[in-house]
Amino acid sequence: MTLHVENLTVHHGAIQALTNVSFDVKEGELTAVIGSNGAGKSTLLRTLSGLKSASNGTASWKGHNLLHGKAESHVRHGVAHVSEGKSVIPELTVEENLDLGALWRRNKNESASTKREVFDLFPRLEERRKQNTETLSGGERQMLAIGRALMSKPELLLLDEPSLGLAPLLVKQIFEAIVNVTKQYGLSVVLVEQNAMGALAIANSGIVLNLGTIATTGSAQELISNPAVRAAYLGY
Amino acid sequence: MFQLLNTLLIGITSGAIYALMALSIVLVWRSTRVINFAQAGQALTSTFIGFQTLKYVDSFWVALAVAMIAGAAISALIEITLMRVLLKHSSSGAIAGVAPIIATLGLLEVIQATITLIWGGADSLITPPLSNTGFTIGTNTLVFSPMKLAIIAIVGILLVLLSLIVQKTSIGLSLRAAAFSPELARLAGVRVDAVRTAGWALSGATGAVAGLLLVANGNGAFSTASMEFSLLLISGFIAAVIGGLESLLGAVIGGLALGIITSFVLMYISDSLFFIAPFVILLLVLFIRPQGILGKKGGRRA
Amino acid sequence: MHKLSNKVRILIFIVLGFLIYLLSNNVDELRVYQGAQVAVFVVGIASIILLTGYSGQVSLGQGALLGVGGYAAALSHLHWHLPIPATFAIAILAAAGAGALLGIAAARLSGPYLAGATLALAVGLPSIANQFTVLGGEQGLFFDVGFPPASFGEDFTQYKWFFWIASLATLIAIFWLQNVMRSRYGRTWKAIRGSEVAAELAGVNIARAKILAFTLSAGVAGLAGALLAMTIGTVSPSAFPLALSFSLLTGAVLSGVTTLGGVMIGAVTLVAIPEIVGTIVNRIGATEAVASNLPHIVVGTLLILTVVFVPNGPVEQMRSRRLKKGSSL
Repeated sequence: MTLHVENLTVHHGAIQALTNVSFDVKEGELTAVIGSNGAGKSTLLRTLSGLKSASNGTASWKGHNLLHGKAESHVRHGVAHVSEGKSVIPELTVEENLDLGALWRRNKNESASTKREVFDLFPRLEERRKQNTETLSGGERQMLAIGRALMSKPELLLLDEPSLGLAPLLVKQIFEAIVNVTKQYGLSVVLVEQNAMGALAIANSGIVLNLGTIATTGSAQELISNPAVRAAYLGY
Repeated sequence: MFQLLNTLLIGITSGAIYALMALSIVLVWRSTRVINFAQAGQALTSTFIGFQTLKYVDSFWVALAVAMIAGAAISALIEITLMRVLLKHSSSGAIAGVAPIIATLGLLEVIQATITLIWGGADSLITPPLSNTGFTIGTNTLVFSPMKLAIIAIVGILLVLLSLIVQKTSIGLSLRAAAFSPELARLAGVRVDAVRTAGWALSGATGAVAGLLLVANGNGAFSTASMEFSLLLISGFIAAVIGGLESLLGAVIGGLALGIITSFVLMYISDSLFFIAPFVILLLVLFIRPQGILGKKGGRRA
Repeated sequence: MHKLSNKVRILIFIVLGFLIYLLSNNVDELRVYQGAQVAVFVVGIASIILLTGYSGQVSLGQGALLGVGGYAAALSHLHWHLPIPATFAIAILAAAGAGALLGIAAARLSGPYLAGATLALAVGLPSIANQFTVLGGEQGLFFDVGFPPASFGEDFTQYKWFFWIASLATLIAIFWLQNVMRSRYGRTWKAIRGSEVAAELAGVNIARAKILAFTLSAGVAGLAGALLAMTIGTVSPSAFPLALSFSLLTGAVLSGVTTLGGVMIGAVTLVAIPEIVGTIVNRIGATEAVASNLPHIVVGTLLILTVVFVPNGPVEQMRSRRLKKGSSL
């Protein structure tokens, strides 16, 4: 078990956002986390990446305790979090955003080759490398965010609603990119999504969060065929 | 004609020093969203440290280097102890937004009293390293002197260095990222807290240079009560506001503008308006263009 | 001061006045003079509480407004030979006028911009006195409130007279301020302090409210300035330095900037610290340098500690602790 979460409980002030959440993600697996708004999906990722502190429980990645220490230290242990919404820094150029992810890495040659790989994956970014991020479309911005995450040579990728606000064609492209990236680098991925169908279609396993607790888990196939899940999140 | 030139040159020289002070204020504002009113006190402390150094070493430039290092160290220390504690305790209530500012005011008072305690209230003297006699052209003497030229040159070099560091280096990228979006920077692996301390350290070093150059620009006499240092406190802030508080370039423009305008006011209107002029200029700017010369409209007001 | 009716409050103030009267008869000269100083600080700090604690605007230049009041009182006394109460009234009006102007400028500013502008004011305004000879230049002007009435007897000293005048003025000012804070205006300011956006949506004219706060606060500061002038006997630029603004702000923070209840704490602390430090320094026989600078170091450190750990003041801190204990969400 490379990502191990057990009895995770997180509070927002007096409100309990997550209660006794437990799950595991194996190496190389993509786990989708679905649920309605306010279910606690973003809170889960923010706690795993170190932006938010937990009240109870454990969470570890390959033995490294994720609940202790600052977010920037987890990056050095292979965790990369692409946050929801504003996920790139607008005042920096495209290339600067990418370089930011690799700043902590010692080997500059390796960082350069990672950048080369990112450009190969997302050619549009290379075209616009010197430009301000304001000129990017929504889809390109998401690609940049994922690219930045890749620059830190992650092993665990936490993605928060990458398809949010994108047109259907772009949604397809982003999900394809996620699949490619996962395969190419052998990443473990936790994919939080409102777009339940799209997420489950590319996932190995899934978790359904409701009001901060786990309602159902199972393989992606099981969840897709589960009638309750179908009714609530898949629309048929 | 020569009076005009003189006034302009005096203005540019003092403006350069104000620009340095404004830079150190903007550096701190950008990295921690705090106005460090104690900055002038820190600059004064660094100046006194430079003064002490001169008792052992005969070179102004060595003293300048020592003062810069001391200024950086003091600033970093303040950030690590005071500011981090403050940000952790940041509360709700009327004071919340300005609590750090008030804390820096308290710090200013402590610093000033401590300096007076250690070095006394009377004037101390640092002999300017270069002559302050103006160049002569024909029968007219310009106010411009080797010392003033050196001051402008030093400030110019510092500015270029600073811009290079901020725009072209990895540390500069970390600094900018941490200032724009601390959370995203963290997620990218940037040690935001260390970067903030670095920002304060840079600010302290810049302030130290401003302090020493201020003394060198005059006759070398200075003390905690001296007029110039009270003015430095205000001018740095005013220059930063004029420039828009958002960019280093703005700080420079603000400083130069303040220096030149004040110089002209003093020369052509009245020289006892020394303290009022910056205040009036500040009011005018805040009325006409509250976001400053280079600031962006709307958005951040505080 | 919880929700007491007006009649009860008036009674309390009369009792306070009586206690002060008793006190003044039983302490020595120095204490009486210090009492007058405390009164000055109480009024000055109260003006900051009104401005910062209630309407959320930070002014680092309250000392300048005290200066306006002090000079107005001195000038009207010297040139128009008005009776003392009238000079106080003029001081209040003049300072209020200056406050209104400042308020108009300030309504557009917030946070550090406002702080800096008022800081520049604190440094700049006193030096105006050097510009115009009618203001007495560096020497300043005299402000002599005259001897106590003969009917009070021979033992009634000048300082006691100061103390009585100051105390009376202070009691009236604080009573009036309390009324204002509880009124519609007070609630409006509190709303603005809580959230400007919400208040605006509720229909509050933010600019007008802020300007009003500045005006009233300045008027109170002007009274403090007149009282200060009375106790020193003169007005001059050096009587209203930047340090005065800092001291008042410190006193306000120590008292708890959001409520009038703790105003005595700050005022007494400001007067007591130099005294206490002086005594300690004398006991341990430290140098002159230490004696004159240690009070500042202590006050500055106190300010830092207070603002970090007890930013809303001891009174508010206790209140919120009581509230927390009471409710269990």
